[in-house]
Amino acid sequence: MTIEVQQGLSPIRKRLENGALVIAKESGATPAVTIAVSVPAGTATDPRDIPGVAHFLSRVIDRGTESRSGDEIAELLDSRGVSLNVAAMRHTLVVSCTCLAEDFGTMLALIADVVRNPSLPESEIATRRGEIITSIRQDQDNPAMVAVEEELALLYPNGHPYGRRMKGTIETVDQIDRPVLSRAHHDRFTPSELLVVCVGDVDAARAVDESGKVFGDWRGYPASPLLVPSPARVEERRTAVFPMMNKAQADIAYGFNTISRQDPSYYAFSLLNNVLGQYALGGRLGDSIRERQGMAYYVFSAFEPNVGQAPLVIRAGVSPANVDRAIASIDEEVRRMAADGVTAEELAASRRYLIGSMPRTLETNAGIATFLQSCEQFGLGMDHDVRLPGLLNEVTLEQANELARRFLVPERATITIAGPYGAS
Amino acid sequence: MSHAPAPRTAFLDNGLKILIQEIHIAPLASVWCWYKVGSRDEMPGCTGVSHWVEHMNFKGTTNIPREKVKGIIEEFGGSWNGYTWIDQTTYLETATRDALDRMLFIEAERMANGLYEPGECESERTVIISELEGGENDPDQLLEMEVNAAAFKAHPYGHPTIGWLSDLQRMTRDDLYSYYRRHYIPNNATLVVVGDVDADDVIRRANHHFGAIPPGAVPTRTLSVEPAQLGERRVVVEKEGTTAYLKVAYHAPAATGEGFFPLLLIDSVLTGAKGLNLWASFRTPPPQRSARLYRALVEGRLASSVSGGLLPTADPYLYTISVTAREGTSLEAVERAALSEIDRVAREGVTSQELDKARNQLRARLVFENDSVTNIAHQLGFFETIASVDLFLSVGDRIQQVTQNQVAEAAARILRPANRTVGWFKPVPIGEGEHLPADAASSGGPVSGR
Repeated sequence: MTIEVQQGLSPIRKRLENGALVIAKESGATPAVTIAVSVPAGTATDPRDIPGVAHFLSRVIDRGTESRSGDEIAELLDSRGVSLNVAAMRHTLVVSCTCLAEDFGTMLALIADVVRNPSLPESEIATRRGEIITSIRQDQDNPAMVAVEEELALLYPNGHPYGRRMKGTIETVDQIDRPVLSRAHHDRFTPSELLVVCVGDVDAARAVDESGKVFGDWRGYPASPLLVPSPARVEERRTAVFPMMNKAQADIAYGFNTISRQDPSYYAFSLLNNVLGQYALGGRLGDSIRERQGMAYYVFSAFEPNVGQAPLVIRAGVSPANVDRAIASIDEEVRRMAADGVTAEELAASRRYLIGSMPRTLETNAGIATFLQSCEQFGLGMDHDVRLPGLLNEVTLEQANELARRFLVPERATITIAGPYGAS
Repeated sequence: MSHAPAPRTAFLDNGLKILIQEIHIAPLASVWCWYKVGSRDEMPGCTGVSHWVEHMNFKGTTNIPREKVKGIIEEFGGSWNGYTWIDQTTYLETATRDALDRMLFIEAERMANGLYEPGECESERTVIISELEGGENDPDQLLEMEVNAAAFKAHPYGHPTIGWLSDLQRMTRDDLYSYYRRHYIPNNATLVVVGDVDADDVIRRANHHFGAIPPGAVPTRTLSVEPAQLGERRVVVEKEGTTAYLKVAYHAPAATGEGFFPLLLIDSVLTGAKGLNLWASFRTPPPQRSARLYRALVEGRLASSVSGGLLPTADPYLYTISVTAREGTSLEAVERAALSEIDRVAREGVTSQELDKARNQLRARLVFENDSVTNIAHQLGFFETIASVDLFLSVGDRIQQVTQNQVAEAAARILRPANRTVGWFKPVPIGEGEHLPADAASSGGPVSGR
């Protein structure tokens, strides 16, 4: 791995005739392989009036195929100690697992079958519907979840794909039936948009070959491209309170809309965010709110760039008596960063950290697979691990501080508070 | 392939035990320092002190002033953390190999030179109370705390690791510092180093950093033995919420006790194999679609999730089955179906096919949960602290050697009605419940530091 880090991951990247892309990287660190197969069928593709379709599909897609029953799939997975993970992200739906090297071929074939030929049995749909509704009810009783979902709904209003609840609502989940799920699969699952990533104790050429065997004869039309609109600019400060008087602690989300992953200022923004709310124990925010004032067990900022403009959200969990003081402290740190900027020392420290943490990020098969998926999704290139230090090194203090002045404006913050606070 | 080669073992003159495993795959090293002190060592009135001490051990030392803490490991791209649970407190750093000396320096400072500034102790009091309140927001954690407290009458495993609120409000800086000084001695610790290192070099450096720390009298641990439970116990938490939860907890063998590994296989049959790594495996869902309780409860449309929890511990602890009731399903129905399956295993044992599948699952999990220097280092130190590193090295064989008769015997002995505590979280409709101030609620599970 030492050599790999210096020379780069250098995976094999091969496009099949049907347009599917296979990326394979051999690593013998453990006798296991991570397989991750993704299609652009995330929650952002949900019909505007039926949020929750992609999430629902993720819960049922692996519960039966045209040639295998749900029980057969269960037996195949459980007898090998494998748990299949199907995740509906905003833009992609990812089917992944880690398996023993000896099970690679079997698991790749199963994933291909699940992705290509789901049978979506009615009985499975009914079972998963109940699970999803229970999960939504649990989220409704979770202040952290309420604060974040409401924050996104405010930042991305009017049916914007980033503002909709990923699981949908109880009402929309009730509307989602087999025809809706079948249509979503038909419209969004196509070979030309398929990405297969295999990392681990398998010869890379063999991984490509096996992927070709199970996906190569798949034919289909390209899915229509998804356009993510820019959200309306926020011109004023907004605060929304969601009283949950049965809870002990309040959760705060405090955010701004920012940039997309493809924006050239992404690396400067990553460094800015690291200084603000990540470095060590929550960056400047952690220094102030947790370390100096002892107000919160957790406080941090999360910057999650995506295909479209995405948010920077500051999160904190505090006693209800400290909500106002915590928000004032966040205001102070945000304002100070915009006014005075980050220091050269802070920028250098965050840069060292982000570059230095790469060997940890790329230590495990799953870590490498996630990294390579992201490289492909955002067109970063298969040598991104080699170029990333340079891209971070190129960021200047002025670039980071210009972003701070432009985006970190308390007067345009969107704030949500969920917990035992604010009820009349 | 064995899931773990034997580490090199060394002792310093002051009694510090060192376990080293060289793995030259990634340019990384993981350093963990483990102490045989956890919430089981706390006296009434001082519950939560182990965890609070752990927090204080990130607050500066004689040679790492408070303002130098930030960035001390991040400058190597590293991460650091710690956690406290019933038997143990541990600290870790994982960073590039060139940080080895820095990591050992940090751990030596943490062992010997914590500052415990009064102002920092006060500030951390509210941070920990915030952590407690955050846990209390989760009904499942509330229920776990109540069930654990009901299951133990004599053994201190019954109180939550984070402590009772009144103790957290009352304890003083002197309580913290004296506890720290009593337990943080080299002959009560194990240092684990795994990664791209040279073992001889590690021992030399460890001797340089730790060698002058004097040993002390190792505190005697709890002598209380939990008496046999004579009948089923039940607890009901009624609180505003949206979802109902069920827990069924059985007194379970210690890691070295008779029946631990058979029970691990029983859990795989009931809820799918989790493996044995608290730090890693419990973040990955188990393979459980064909597991008996999953089929009865989730596929039976009574529950939205079911999980089993069995961890290696120094003394007999609990095997806990946790169920989230499906919207619209009564707890009575969920409990009836769950107990029916559990009682069937107690009566009939498991089939040989189920046993083979459980062994296969655990064989795979042992590979998956030892996939990084951090995870391997955790396992070496965890097992050494609760039993011995030799136990860790033998878990693969022990799992494979469990017989169908041993499973049947363990199931009949452990999964008895009289040995269980049943807990319900009954949600009261929002707006119709009482709103009491935060009291003693918190997670009964491990609590992470920092």
